[in-house]
Amino acid sequence: MTGASRGLGRALAEALAAKGARVALVARERAALEDVAAGIRARGGIAHAIAGDVAQKLQAHAIAGQAQGLVGEIAIAIHNASTLGPVPLRLLLDTECEDLADVLETNLVGPFRLTKILAGAMAIRGAGLIVHVSSDAAIEPYPRWGAYGISKAAQDHLSRILAAELADTGVRVLAVDPGEMDTAMHAAAMPEADRASLQRPADVAATLVAMIESNAPSGARLVAPSWSGS
Amino acid sequence: MSAVARAFAEPVLRADEVSRHAVRLVVIGDAPYITELARLPELLRAGDLVVVNDAATLPASLHGVTRHREPFELRLTAPIDGTRLHGVVFGAGDHRTRTEDRSAPPSIALGDRVWLGELAATVIASAGRRLELGVHARADELWAYVYAAGAPVQYAHRIEPLPLYAVQTGYAARPWAVEMPSAGRPLTWNVLLGLRRAGVELTTLTHAAGLSSTGDTALDRALPWPEPYEIPAATFDAIARTRARGGRVIAIGTTVVRALESAHEAGKGVATLRLDGRYHARVVDGLVSGLHVPGESHFELLSAFAPAAQVERAMALAADHGLSAHELGDACLIL
Repeated sequence: MTGASRGLGRALAEALAAKGARVALVARERAALEDVAAGIRARGGIAHAIAGDVAQKLQAHAIAGQAQGLVGEIAIAIHNASTLGPVPLRLLLDTECEDLADVLETNLVGPFRLTKILAGAMAIRGAGLIVHVSSDAAIEPYPRWGAYGISKAAQDHLSRILAAELADTGVRVLAVDPGEMDTAMHAAAMPEADRASLQRPADVAATLVAMIESNAPSGARLVAPSWSGS
Repeated sequence: MSAVARAFAEPVLRADEVSRHAVRLVVIGDAPYITELARLPELLRAGDLVVVNDAATLPASLHGVTRHREPFELRLTAPIDGTRLHGVVFGAGDHRTRTEDRSAPPSIALGDRVWLGELAATVIASAGRRLELGVHARADELWAYVYAAGAPVQYAHRIEPLPLYAVQTGYAARPWAVEMPSAGRPLTWNVLLGLRRAGVELTTLTHAAGLSSTGDTALDRALPWPEPYEIPAATFDAIARTRARGGRVIAIGTTVVRALESAHEAGKGVATLRLDGRYHARVVDGLVSGLHVPGESHFELLSAFAPAAQVERAMALAADHGLSAHELGDACLIL
């Protein structure tokens, strides 16, 4: 679980651990991550904190190696870490090229590197699930959400192509759109939003767990607010 | 043939790295020939079973200091066991120094305190240069240290340090190997999915491939040491299915041979077999390996699967065609 120190990642890690999953938590800030891991352990779960930045090329094998050293073969990889780029959000023509590249590195290339490491092991054993956390910004061309929206649209397509290439291997690939939530990221992007009207990450996490446990076909893009189970 | 004449007759294989997408394959047999490893799906038959070793390669070269601040290198020799490390110590020097030319390690005795970065450890077993350390840290702290400070075991003939990503196979999972199970390096997913399309079954085991050299002649004579492995029940089932339909069991690398020939049931075990030309394989029918010349232990292992003269002829052909015997080089196939 990347981006596991706060928001949806934290809630989803806690929900999966409560179901008995042994979770390897990945985020850049060790202290925040240790708190999440300690909380899970205090409730009888199994969690390990792995400090790492998915945007850093040379950290990909270190993250995957620590995770598999600590919890064994990975059954479910959840790419949840992502960045908006600089906030307040800017028009695309005001977005520095380097900022777009950085957003793609965190939201697209980093998850791709980890998937390259983990999906092969899943395919050779004939089972595994890769989950990409998406956004409606991948579908709707919201002004000022350019860098983020582009990265999420590309990640959705990565998810579909990977699903096509891994058809019949036992490895499934899903994109899940959690909808708008009351998170630090949402506050950074839309500080004027009415927080009371937003979904809580813990509630969304429960829906995402149901999606993960469902038999949704590989390559599917599942939307939490309209999810009715399958 | 005299020893001198034999030395002149031995093939001299190139020793440089080859892109994993461009690996060539010498097919050993009555009439050896050279093809591309990417054509493996055409060389096997529907109903055959390919078994890979899915151990990821650890950054197994760590650096520490004794309580007298003397530096040493610790090369892991086995998977990390909780917070215990098993390894061999080396003195000063780096990978550019040939293993056998390294200075002697500092004296480290049972009960001594040593330091690996910020982590303290106690020597809990010691036999010459072989050590077992109990590290005073949580498992996740130890793993973080190993991946932050460790490097893959380096090959002396390489000038630039080898990065961790260069020594992983396309299906590596748990980090159990201290040197890369390199026969699997050229198995791209294009080749693996091609094998499946050709009706070849794929399956896996995990074998903790150990060091190929310690720089200590006495220790090296005993290599390979006992190596832990784990074979899933599904792999045993796949072997039984393959036997029942008349297919062949093809091992990708000598570590797979060692695990399959050692195991009598699914689960974890420790491989102690030493394979040579006199060994009669019980499980494995064919093998993909790197290239090896007479005198190397891997050559001895190849000659368990084909007459030594056939293997020598194939290696001579490989040398004539400029194939590489580097760990990250070309490959051979025996069926």
